[in-house]
Amino acid sequence: MKVIAGVDVGSQTTKAVISDETGKIIGRAQVATKIDLGGAAEKAVAEACRNAGIERSALAYVAATGYGRFQVEFRDLQITEMTCHAYGAHSVFPKTRSVLDIGAQNSRAMGVEANGRVRKFRMNDKCAAGAGRFMERVAKALEVELDQIGALSLKATDPTPISSICAVLAESEVINQVTEGKKVEDIICGAHYSITDRIIALLRQVGGEEEITLTGGVTKNMGMVKTLEDRLAKKVNVGPDAEFMGAIGAALLGLRRLQRVSAAAA
Amino acid sequence: MYVAGVDVGSTATKAIILDENQRIVGRGLTHTGANVIKAAERAFAQARADAKSDDYEIGFVVGTGYGRYKVPFGNTQITEIGCHGKGAHYLFPETRTILDIGGQDTKAIKISAQGEVSDFCMNDKCAAGTGRFLEASASVIGLTLDDIGEVSMRSVHPLRITNMCTVFVESEILSHLARGKKVEDVLRGVNNAIAGRSVALMRRVGLDDEITFTGGVSRNKGMVTAIEERLERKVNVSPDSQFIGAIGAALFAWERTQKKVGAS
Repeated sequence: MKVIAGVDVGSQTTKAVISDETGKIIGRAQVATKIDLGGAAEKAVAEACRNAGIERSALAYVAATGYGRFQVEFRDLQITEMTCHAYGAHSVFPKTRSVLDIGAQNSRAMGVEANGRVRKFRMNDKCAAGAGRFMERVAKALEVELDQIGALSLKATDPTPISSICAVLAESEVINQVTEGKKVEDIICGAHYSITDRIIALLRQVGGEEEITLTGGVTKNMGMVKTLEDRLAKKVNVGPDAEFMGAIGAALLGLRRLQRVSAAAA
Repeated sequence: MYVAGVDVGSTATKAIILDENQRIVGRGLTHTGANVIKAAERAFAQARADAKSDDYEIGFVVGTGYGRYKVPFGNTQITEIGCHGKGAHYLFPETRTILDIGGQDTKAIKISAQGEVSDFCMNDKCAAGTGRFLEASASVIGLTLDDIGEVSMRSVHPLRITNMCTVFVESEILSHLARGKKVEDVLRGVNNAIAGRSVALMRRVGLDDEITFTGGVSRNKGMVTAIEERLERKVNVSPDSQFIGAIGAALFAWERTQKKVGAS
């Protein structure tokens, strides 16, 4: 049996999945990226192999994506994260026509063809506005753990949108709201509105057709997902593997490439 | 009769007291913090204490800066742009272009020979190129804002800082330091990046002689040098540069009292 690894080296976390030769995901792992990008990829792939119950040496092919993909020395193939997220989302939700990927340092909207190929995309990678780092700063200013903000946001009764687009200026705004006696859950929900509106603007630029699939680390934040659905006035797909979507896309595209290479050689 | 100007900025609150001859007799400077009203009161009290004579009356107070509506004892409010123009003109009568880098925004202001604002341009949408950008860079390195000017002057091989986003620049600095780059070269790179943005902003209003650099960031010698290098000319920096907005506000207050005197 041929097994393929897809590894997605993001700015915050590195994700790896293992696919069997039918395209079934049989193992996954996630590690913090830190400074050594290649090392993080190695660690994530090794853990994903253990999770899949296979030997590291059994890997027939490795496809890398994410901003650190060029630092993955053991890769056989590198693919942009855009292509991988779209293909991953398509494989899990075949009716997907738009993909929103909200990562730690950037956010992207992609219009996707029926076959999972990217038709059009828009991204913000110039600043932290509309990305996970924005919520990280807000959480820090409020002295709330990042993994608590989703649940807190769902309790909001009177959210005030944060007007600053800039993550740094938003921090000051958050502090002002605290001094004015605003509740933490309302402030968090207001921050979600701010980030969501930026992402929806990106989505509109690529057409915003249904179905919409949400990928990336921010999907763990249920408050954020709910705000997005409220603002869009429609449901979005969020799978249990939302964070692994880039790695899944990489693995499946790697599998396809391997099959083509093998067919050509035969 | 004395007059006062209080400039409530995002980071610092400044107060100035002028005597009837428009001479500065008192200065107050405090951290703005979360309570803007308290900061205005604190800076004003400091300036009053600094204006040693205890036998004077403050006839008029003008509030300026982003917190100008939160100066409870202010008789009126005037935008910081008008006040910076007026204050810079008072200290440097030949000034036509002003660069004001504050805690959360950067402005380029063009003024007439009379010190009136004729044009301006500002970045208040994001922290890029503002005091917060410098503050974040300093704090990642573990230095204070007061240290970084001196340290950056020691740089021989300044690095090129490519990120403009304050959040991203923190990561960029960390990775430079992880690669063993020198702190002074990083800081000089940060200064150069801010200087580049500031000069671009000034170009939009026109770069006419003389240029006066105001706001809290003008206290940083490294920033002054970086801007002068980029412009290839000297800029005016007063020891009172941080107070220029408050000075302008106090001058407007003085004018109001003159009008009152004239009317009565």
